[in-house]
Amino acid sequence: MSGVRVLVGTRKGAFVLTSDGKRKDWDVSGPHFGGWEVYHVAGSPAEPDRLYASQSTAWFGQLIQRSDDGGKTWEPVGKDFTYEGDAGTHQYYDGSEVPWKFTRVWHLEPSLTDPDTVYAGIEDAGLFRTVDGGQTWQELPGLRAHGSGPQWQPGAGGLCLHTIIQHPTNTDRLTIAISAAGAFRTDDGGRTWQAINRGLKSDGIPDQDAEVGHCVHRIAMHPSRPDVLFMQKHWDVMRSDDAGDNWYEISGDLPTDFGFPIAVHAHEPDIVYVVPITSDSLHYPPEGRLRVYRSRTGGNEWEPLTNGLPQRDCYVNVLRDAMAVDTLDECGVYFGTTGGQVYASPDAGDTWAPIVSNLPSVLSVEVQTLP
Amino acid sequence: MIRVKLPTHLRRLARVDGEVELDIDGEVSMSSVLDALESQYPVLRGTIRDQHTGERRAFVRYFACERDLSREPPDTPLPKQVMVGEEPLLIVGAMAGG
Repeated sequence: MSGVRVLVGTRKGAFVLTSDGKRKDWDVSGPHFGGWEVYHVAGSPAEPDRLYASQSTAWFGQLIQRSDDGGKTWEPVGKDFTYEGDAGTHQYYDGSEVPWKFTRVWHLEPSLTDPDTVYAGIEDAGLFRTVDGGQTWQELPGLRAHGSGPQWQPGAGGLCLHTIIQHPTNTDRLTIAISAAGAFRTDDGGRTWQAINRGLKSDGIPDQDAEVGHCVHRIAMHPSRPDVLFMQKHWDVMRSDDAGDNWYEISGDLPTDFGFPIAVHAHEPDIVYVVPITSDSLHYPPEGRLRVYRSRTGGNEWEPLTNGLPQRDCYVNVLRDAMAVDTLDECGVYFGTTGGQVYASPDAGDTWAPIVSNLPSVLSVEVQTLP
Repeated sequence: MIRVKLPTHLRRLARVDGEVELDIDGEVSMSSVLDALESQYPVLRGTIRDQHTGERRAFVRYFACERDLSREPPDTPLPKQVMVGEEPLLIVGAMAGG
């Protein structure tokens, strides 16, 4: 029977949760890299036992760890993320100019076909790639060289490149997102990029529909329909039907359209999941009730999913990289909270149960569907 | 023989127990000690000082013989007790919560 492996990054280490296809009984291993912040753990689609983890602290900096046995053992690999050429400056929160400076790796996106190739999204926002299994990392400098780079400003979490989406067949196309610059796309393998933020409107910037400056929190895509993108922006849930060239709002009847993660069902490209959060000043669910919202119509019409989730006195958050789906016949949905719970739904969101309830604050959740 | 005491996280990373012992030819300074430490344990490159500039990371401190050596120029000779192995050089993560 096939199974799943859930890769969890937390403020104090990584955890690997495994189960069979029933997704009822779980084995928990960890903490790996105890005491370190693990922003992201990701597995190679081409070789599932090849994992990569981003490990960091403010004290001792950044490491990248690699496992070749599904997370049983790990070895540190390369951690030199040096910007290409003269890094220049971007804007600080107050609009003053500050030099580009590497802080940490937010997101690792292994290639769909090559286990040695991985993209890394970093803070301050840049896109790097390894083609040797993590030993060395090179920047794709065309992104920061986009003419708007000096105008990019950080979101509250930093100037971070947090989303990397690979087109399922066209290796020249990547879509990325940066808080708080917006979304960008390359169609030539990373050499040149265009801002794809038309249709976004954001309070808090002088020109609400500016080309860049939008605090995009997360973008999701279904591989069967790569031109359709779903976005959770700081405020607003958005959709594009033309690979990001134009966006329109699909917040519809959500109780609030602020939030962080967004995910698409593994087999139904019009089923979308979000976790509404009260506001940008109240980073917890409305009314203390933790609800995932599911749209079956590609947006606008949303239903609350509550069965098994706490419906009183719940004041956790779900961060942008902390929701994922498996690809089993009945799609499983997973998310982690800042309160240390990781919830799983083996039935596409109809019912939920915690896999674990007392981890450190969860930063990221990824799922691998195992043969 | 120079004795170096690492913080817990870096001992685990380097997979060592207790103090690290280093043999250094020539001048014994923070710079030469860190060069030898990173040569013996490459995983520690970048964890104590910047990989390229050599600048000490902001939350790392260097203590020895009840003195804070963190802000000494990197090529300053270390105290004699450290040079002869009577006292360890302490590499310390700054105290903080969280």
